[in-house]
Amino acid sequence: MTDRHVFPPLAMYAEGLACGRAGMALCQDLNFSVLSGQCLLLRGPNGTGKTTLLLTLAGIVPPLAGSWTAQGPQDEPAPVHYCGHRNAIKPRLTVLENLLFWRQVNGATGVSAEAALVEVGLGGLEDLDAGYLSAGQGRRLALARLRVSLRPLWLLDEPTAALDVEGHGLVTRLIEGHLRMGGLVIVATHDPIHLSHPAPVQTLTLENRA
Amino acid sequence: MSGFVAMLRRELALSWRGGGNVLTLVLFFVITGAIVPFAVGPDKPLLARIAPAIIWIAAFLAMLLGLDRLFRPDHEDGSLILLRQADLPLSAVIAAKVISYWLVSALPLILASPLLAVLLGMDLPAFARTLVSLLLGTPALAAFGAIGAATSVTIRHGGLIAPILIAPLSIPVLIFGVGTITAAQSSAAPLFLAALSLMAMALAPFAAALAISLAED
Repeated sequence: MTDRHVFPPLAMYAEGLACGRAGMALCQDLNFSVLSGQCLLLRGPNGTGKTTLLLTLAGIVPPLAGSWTAQGPQDEPAPVHYCGHRNAIKPRLTVLENLLFWRQVNGATGVSAEAALVEVGLGGLEDLDAGYLSAGQGRRLALARLRVSLRPLWLLDEPTAALDVEGHGLVTRLIEGHLRMGGLVIVATHDPIHLSHPAPVQTLTLENRA
Repeated sequence: MSGFVAMLRRELALSWRGGGNVLTLVLFFVITGAIVPFAVGPDKPLLARIAPAIIWIAAFLAMLLGLDRLFRPDHEDGSLILLRQADLPLSAVIAAKVISYWLVSALPLILASPLLAVLLGMDLPAFARTLVSLLLGTPALAAFGAIGAATSVTIRHGGLIAPILIAPLSIPVLIFGVGTITAAQSSAAPLFLAALSLMAMALAPFAAALAISLAED
């Protein structure tokens, strides 16, 4: 994780963005700009649209109003790693098979699957059926996916859910490493995330509609 | 290309380790065909005459039965969102899924069809034509099924919607499938069947990818 600035410069802008589900607006008039090496923390009570905002930025849910862009130097949309509530793990495949599949489908541009498993604390469990993993271990396997394929933009939804104290440290290390490489992270979380260099962190608080 | 192969291998591994799903489909196919003689009665000429229709209806129903497994598990565990953002285009993901779906739900039926042919008293030439028609026609059923399953994947408890959606699309497959066996029509029936399959296999991945990428999750 010592590589520096492996990603081309990237900028993400949102102007007057409103997002919601099934036509019902959850968060409105959002404006932010995040550059390479910066992290945007989304905070706010349950039901204020943090997940919906991340799904909108991932291109899964169309925005209700406004616009957003995440473009690199060649004006092409930046590839996204979305890490949602659901871990996308197949219980009948082994831990290693699960990770190798995503590495092949997303492009083997990151570290090897074995190294990523060691990094997230699942070393030695490669041949275990993923169905036997605990909730926290499943989360760690989902996070390992971020490392096996390099993508500049990370959208993390409650990455620390079900993780222990050491796991919180793991998430912090992953985010810091990604920012050092010139990546861009947008993370929705209720847990405090203390980066060693707090400078590149912005916070966007979503509020309940009155 | 390696992503496509990985997708195909994953689908086959999941089906293979999915317990008795494949066996259940084959048993359903055989039983659906085997109960007809009990309903029709011991009329051997009549049975032999309607045997092609019975085999095609049994295959059609058995293939509809597995449709719900095509996208729903991936939708429920969050894989589908990630597959939409994979380096591999979504249409290639779906093409791999359709191919593996045919391999695990149509090929076993074709392998089990001799059993049904014996039960229904088909003669050897008719059975050979049955094999040809199933081989030519079932890819179209798998491809149309993928469109139906993709359209209904985000509907909760929408398991029965896909079969209803694709039933009208499947009627030409049944007509030319049975036509290939009975050979009453001209010899054009197998050609139409093959054309249907080729067209459906080529277009369905794009149509299903569009349906999934328009869904809101």
